[in-house]
Amino acid sequence: MSFARMALATLMSFTAVSALQAEEITKLRIATEGAYPPFNYTGSDGVLTGFDVEIGNALCAEMKVECEWGTQEWDGMIPGLVAGKYDAIIASMSITDERLERISFSRSYYNTPSTVAVPKDSPVTEITPEALDGLLIGAQGGTTHSVVAEEIYSDSDVSLYPTSEEYKLDIENGRLDAVIDDLGVLQSWIDSDEGSCCKIIGSLPIQPELHGQGIGVGVRKGQEELAERFSEAILAIRANGTYKTINDKYFSQDAFGE
Amino acid sequence: MNDVSLPSQQSYVQPKTIEPQTPPPAPKHRPWTSTRVVGTTWLTLWIAAGLGIIWFLLNSNHVALVFGGEGLLPVSITHNATFLSRYGEKFISGFFVTLQLVSVSMLLGVLLSIPLTIMRMSKSRILGGIAYAYVYFFRGTPLLAQVFLLYYGAGSFREPLQSVDLWWFFRDAWNCAILAFTLNTAAYQVEILRGSIESMPKGQWEAADALGLPKWLTFWKIILPQALIVSLRPYGNEIILMIKGSAIVAIITIYDLMGETRRAFSRTYDFQAYVWAAIAYLVMVETLRRAWDRIEDRLTRHLKR
Repeated sequence: MSFARMALATLMSFTAVSALQAEEITKLRIATEGAYPPFNYTGSDGVLTGFDVEIGNALCAEMKVECEWGTQEWDGMIPGLVAGKYDAIIASMSITDERLERISFSRSYYNTPSTVAVPKDSPVTEITPEALDGLLIGAQGGTTHSVVAEEIYSDSDVSLYPTSEEYKLDIENGRLDAVIDDLGVLQSWIDSDEGSCCKIIGSLPIQPELHGQGIGVGVRKGQEELAERFSEAILAIRANGTYKTINDKYFSQDAFGE
Repeated sequence: MNDVSLPSQQSYVQPKTIEPQTPPPAPKHRPWTSTRVVGTTWLTLWIAAGLGIIWFLLNSNHVALVFGGEGLLPVSITHNATFLSRYGEKFISGFFVTLQLVSVSMLLGVLLSIPLTIMRMSKSRILGGIAYAYVYFFRGTPLLAQVFLLYYGAGSFREPLQSVDLWWFFRDAWNCAILAFTLNTAAYQVEILRGSIESMPKGQWEAADALGLPKWLTFWKIILPQALIVSLRPYGNEIILMIKGSAIVAIITIYDLMGETRRAFSRTYDFQAYVWAAIAYLVMVETLRRAWDRIEDRLTRHLKR
């Protein structure tokens, strides 16, 4: 066989494989952060779990594909997807305009507001910018909630932490006057033993220009078909009650929004 | 009597000291050896990479030439540097945070390293042991772990710290960062200083002793000035390592150059954030390198001919 022929054969086999992939995806690699309880975290048994993970598994079952989970640090989440290290992000990622410039999203699978928590003995009772004026607020860097914190509480001192674990440590030990994050995150923390230091004082109304359009599944640009399949699967598990089962396991109210 | 014939003044000067030389050989044609090919290829790749980075920066700020127009020149340059206009100021503030963090902790590290070096070199086994253990711990564990432990660790000892009235110090992330960096760099500086002092030949001590100079004067006037020349380059290395090592400080909420870079990147997903950060770190290190060359020239001027 001549070299040219061999090259042609190899090329053809590649195109055949990629054509097959376009037709039917049987295996998906999904990335999550793994440090954002209750949405995604490593449980005491060392297994990745949480609302995102369970919803993701339900979506995969609905789409009849095999899913393989991996963890990725938050800052590298989108570059990793673009570089093809995994095929989808299910990591409580808000659908914002800035992110839409780089990747595509499915429809939202939950939408919960930014919420403020303070120590139990705090005199602060309101979440207006005036009430938190000059106070130290903690948030996770790179999240929509941190953008909200810096925009709305511009007269407060906003400290940004690598993950939610660190700001929880710092409000427990009294370095912070308040923390801001997703309602689900703060609620499940306050309901646990570790969160006994603090209380929730209120949630901000959802502002689409800051919060985006809720939390979606991220996929690479050009894979809108895959995003569409995720959207359909989200509506399907919403309709057949799987969503409610998972939702009730984690939250007292419906997280779906809208 | 004047018959001793003095040589005439003329004879001291030789009429011809240098014979006419043949002209230098014409430059030989340098052959393209494999080494030269490899070297040239590498250089070309480096130049291409440099141009690529410049092109990338121009491109991501939408710099373009526009022909025709109303100005004096027929060509004008347009740009749309939204990234820089939005995050440029934060980058500069992060740059100064890094500078401040490194310079303050380096200076405090110098102050702390002197008594520790004396302890480390003393004959007392207890003092030597303490200094040895200190250096052993701070050189043997990662800076990241030290910063994390000091900041979040201090947080979990809030009540004891409050009872000794030290909580105000540990509450502030900046203080914790300075303290951790100082403790870390002092450990390295002890070894730099000790090594350079011990590299001085014993004969210097003995010669000074023979002249009847007291020990402290020998150390201060003879040993230390020479030891500092030896330790100059290692000190420069230590500062460079601290500049780059300080990039981890964002884990305790201090937004230095790297922290601002990551913040800008997490908002825009624009890789030019990291390119600017690399350039800023390069500028810092290059400035330091040039300053160090000057200082070395000055300190070793007696060794030059």
